[in-house]
Amino acid sequence: MMTLLRRVGGFSLTLAQETGRAMLFLFEALGQAFLPPYRFRRILEEVYFIGCRSLLIIFLTAAFTGMVLALQGYYTLRKYGSESALGSVVALSLIRELGPVLAALMVSGRAGSAITAEIGIMRITEQLDAMDTMAVNPLQYVVMPKLLAGLISVPLLTAIFFVVVILGGFVVGVMLLGVSSGSYFSGMTQSVVTLDVNGGIVKSLVFGLTIMLVACYNGYFTERGAEGVSYATTRTVVVSAILVLAWDYVLTSFFM
Amino acid sequence: MIKIIDLCRSFNGHPVLNGINLEVPTGKITVVIGKSGAGKSVLLKHIAGLLKPDQGRILINSTDLTRARGRELQEIKKRFGVLFQGGALFDSLTVLENVAFPLREKTRLPEGEILRRARKRLAQVKLTQEVENKYPDEVSGGMKKRVALARALVQEPEILLFDEPVTGLDPPMMNTVFHLIAKTHQESGYTGMVVSHDIPAVFRIADYVAMLHQGRIVAFGTPAEIQQNPDPVVQDFLRGEIDFQET
Repeated sequence: MMTLLRRVGGFSLTLAQETGRAMLFLFEALGQAFLPPYRFRRILEEVYFIGCRSLLIIFLTAAFTGMVLALQGYYTLRKYGSESALGSVVALSLIRELGPVLAALMVSGRAGSAITAEIGIMRITEQLDAMDTMAVNPLQYVVMPKLLAGLISVPLLTAIFFVVVILGGFVVGVMLLGVSSGSYFSGMTQSVVTLDVNGGIVKSLVFGLTIMLVACYNGYFTERGAEGVSYATTRTVVVSAILVLAWDYVLTSFFM
Repeated sequence: MIKIIDLCRSFNGHPVLNGINLEVPTGKITVVIGKSGAGKSVLLKHIAGLLKPDQGRILINSTDLTRARGRELQEIKKRFGVLFQGGALFDSLTVLENVAFPLREKTRLPEGEILRRARKRLAQVKLTQEVENKYPDEVSGGMKKRVALARALVQEPEILLFDEPVTGLDPPMMNTVFHLIAKTHQESGYTGMVVSHDIPAVFRIADYVAMLHQGRIVAFGTPAEIQQNPDPVVQDFLRGEIDFQET
């Protein structure tokens, strides 16, 4: 019993310590955005890497999600003779929950893991130390642009995700299953309110920052060579997925 | 001058630096020798401002590096150049971009002047224009060290720190790197500190030698003085005696 208590206590202390360290890391890195030299070019490069290069995976995931939603929704609604509500079902489930969460999980798998590996390798090959000795702050040159790029890119990717899901649902629901396009789109406009869209965007902002913080933090504090990089990369994918789902619950409760 | 006073540092309760006292003379090359794991690289990282000591001070021309923060620390770092063991070249930048990096970041020089100075430093370490557009993983280990040396020199530092500059190189390349260190020192006149265990090759470039053992400096002097030092620890190390505690 005492051993169990000791372990739980030890785990809680480690968790609190890591959270505190990550928050200090976040504020120190974000603070660098207000200090010269201003790194607009570096931010744009990261927006390209996190945003533009995630477009294909976002398109594919969104298209298939929309198609599956429409297919499932259509056969469920048909039992009650409410096929015309298909547009509302697709839009509400997408904008409130699925869109921000799925887009964030995709970005975390593609860009988050790559960022951890990149920064982790820079750490173990002393590239970050080299930068530091040249009086170039690695938090400003490497970390801050990625955090800001996450804040910019993830909401934009989520918005694109929304559009592609709606189009995917349209292809299956309207073009293949014969729901009228008028009822598909009017159902959406009637059921979705501004608060739903705002909620989705706020979620995606929080998810974007969370994913980038986890990715940069794990990379920055990588230890023990190649094995350490592998461990940090796995940890990024797992922790950011859990945090995205946990944040989703907290923010949904807040917006309900 | 670099003056190190009572420097102590432990990792996980294990003392690595145990009260280091050392004065590194200005404009000379001081070589720090010692067994692997003796704390040579840790000492160098403290001088470069990458690690903070548990106790003790490092004075760079009377400014305490260990207490400097923010802008003051950045100003001290601008006076340093560091050549890391593996080169620490930025793998997303070409050879030329690596050498130009400190100038792009820390000066307001026009791009043409930056490239001219970077190329001049590459030529100084005997690298031709053919390699300047290659990435670090496309050049040999010896070339990487030379690019790293060019990058360290391009900032025209007052103090240049070398962490195991010839580890992993074949003998001809080792001699080339030592020759380049000696030549660039003669041309630029920086204060050099070299961490190495390549005995006796490293003595060729040393003005002074300090021996680190169990976290302390146990001997300091010219290469000739160190070679005649009667301390058995120094003599065992110089002769390469088998260390039965390590085996």
